Amino acid sequence: MDRLCTRTIHELRSLMDQGACDPQALLEELLEQIERLNPTLHAYITVDAERLRQRLEQRLRQGPRGKLFGIPITVKDNLCVQGEETTCASRILRNFRPPYTASAVERLCQAGAIIVPRANMDEFAFGSSTESSAYGVTRNPWDLERVPGGSSGGSACAVAADAAIAALGTDTGGSIRQPAAFCGVVGLKPTYGRVSRYGLIAFASSLDCIGPITKDVHDCALLLSVLAGYDPKDSTCAPVEVPDYVAAMQQPVQGLRFGVPNEYLIEAGIEPDVKAALEESCRALEQLGMQRVSVSLPHTSSAVATYYVVATAEASSNLARYDGVRYGARAATDGGSLLDMYQRTRADGFGTEAKRRIILGTYVLSRGYYDAYYLKGLKVRTLIKRDFDEALTHCDVLICPTSPTAAFRIGEKLDDPLQMYLSDIFTISANLAGIPALSMPCGLTTKGLPIGMQLMAGPFREETLLQAAYAYEQATEWHRRKPDLRPQTSDFRTGKEVGGVTDV
Amino acid sequence: MAIVTTQDVQHVALLARLALGDDELKKLAAQLDEILEYVRQLQAVSTDGVDPTSHALPLADITRPDQRLPSLPPEEALTLAPARHGHLVKVPKVID
Repeated sequence: MDRLCTRTIHELRSLMDQGACDPQALLEELLEQIERLNPTLHAYITVDAERLRQRLEQRLRQGPRGKLFGIPITVKDNLCVQGEETTCASRILRNFRPPYTASAVERLCQAGAIIVPRANMDEFAFGSSTESSAYGVTRNPWDLERVPGGSSGGSACAVAADAAIAALGTDTGGSIRQPAAFCGVVGLKPTYGRVSRYGLIAFASSLDCIGPITKDVHDCALLLSVLAGYDPKDSTCAPVEVPDYVAAMQQPVQGLRFGVPNEYLIEAGIEPDVKAALEESCRALEQLGMQRVSVSLPHTSSAVATYYVVATAEASSNLARYDGVRYGARAATDGGSLLDMYQRTRADGFGTEAKRRIILGTYVLSRGYYDAYYLKGLKVRTLIKRDFDEALTHCDVLICPTSPTAAFRIGEKLDDPLQMYLSDIFTISANLAGIPALSMPCGLTTKGLPIGMQLMAGPFREETLLQAAYAYEQATEWHRRKPDLRPQTSDFRTGKEVGGVTDV
Repeated sequence: MAIVTTQDVQHVALLARLALGDDELKKLAAQLDEILEYVRQLQAVSTDGVDPTSHALPLADITRPDQRLPSLPPEEALTLAPARHGHLVKVPKVID
């Protein structure tokens, strides 16, 4: 029998219902997997096994016995968990133990889940590679010399390596979908406002979303059903009814129309293997009875520029709160002024990319540049949003690659921020438009690296996304491919001979 | 031609309360210049008569009933402060 940690939530659920899976055995197998792989992959910043055992015992004694009873769910390090160190992978929040728990995490607890905190990430979610974490890089389980994507790289890596059953990530410009694509798992950025962000450490408030990263589409639907819904603690959370996503996912797809935006296929820098996999996937969707239509998103080439103005402006404003006064680290300034204390605290506490974004964001908001950069960005954002409104009148789902390339090498783009930003070209528009978008595995490159397909739909049309994704998944085998992490074939220190593919 | 000078970055860094070393200033000025050069492509997009979008959802003026609700007790909030004095957060001297 497969080890329990390799299973999905829905498989574990039915095994538990049959009495064939003991939650304690599940947790022990998961901890064993984490202990074996984490020193190399570094998907988690830290894991406190004893605390998790205690939490499970308490859950078994007291419930609640919901849909996720006894299932460990991994949580990214930017979601507050009461009493647990939560740092956003930044030095400035070292030892920060939030006095309350994020609503999204609370909903998992209410459903009976065991929270596994501290999945690694880019510092403050600034990045597409998880290299900017103040606590070390995460490696891609398919090739240890490559990045897992980011910023939710720890979450995606853990799910791909069976060091998590499922995870929460956050997505401001692709931070759930791109790592899901790079690691060969499923990631969903819900509609803006679908999931409460109370207790999420803010990056860019008009773009940030919380969503699931899972081994398959079924688990994605299941977790979204738990996470979605109105929360009075978050005034940007939409009072929109939550459908049964698991039931919706199983609806037939015959007659659904999908559009492949013309601009996305002519985009420079798209890897031939990625393009081929996408074409193949489109044929598969047609065979399922979906109808391909031609659509256009004319402002695609402006998306990255727009995003890096809007997102950094909001980030510089959100990060102003880290001043060493009320919480977090404070630099020692013997006899210095308050200004010295602010400046030193922030200089010591933030990493290179955080400083870069604070400076860029402050610049575009400053007098003399506000109209030319920030206000202009907001206007172009309107045009990008209109493109999607228009395109989605011609089709139900938009299909494109999640990323123009498969996972890139560690260090490759670290000193070239613009190249790093351009790798987000296909994901950031969904955040600017506020629409839901899902990434799922749809192939492997000739080097054996996962390729992600992105599906996007209109606001609050997650059902349609899941419906198309589930049909595709049922018809293909990509989600069953796993990285080869057997100790006898892998030299975890050098990364040699790693990256092979096994069917399970 | 560079439009972002190290002086510009120095000025913005002060606004952002960030102490930067000379090497950081130089590197950031060059990178900012490259990024903003890329961003300036937006100037070519016609936005006449287009309203700005600051928020993707059409939600506005969200209110809740004006009721007293439990909030974080001061003692608990203050355990997070790097320095405190009784029930206050302590900071370096502001006024001489």
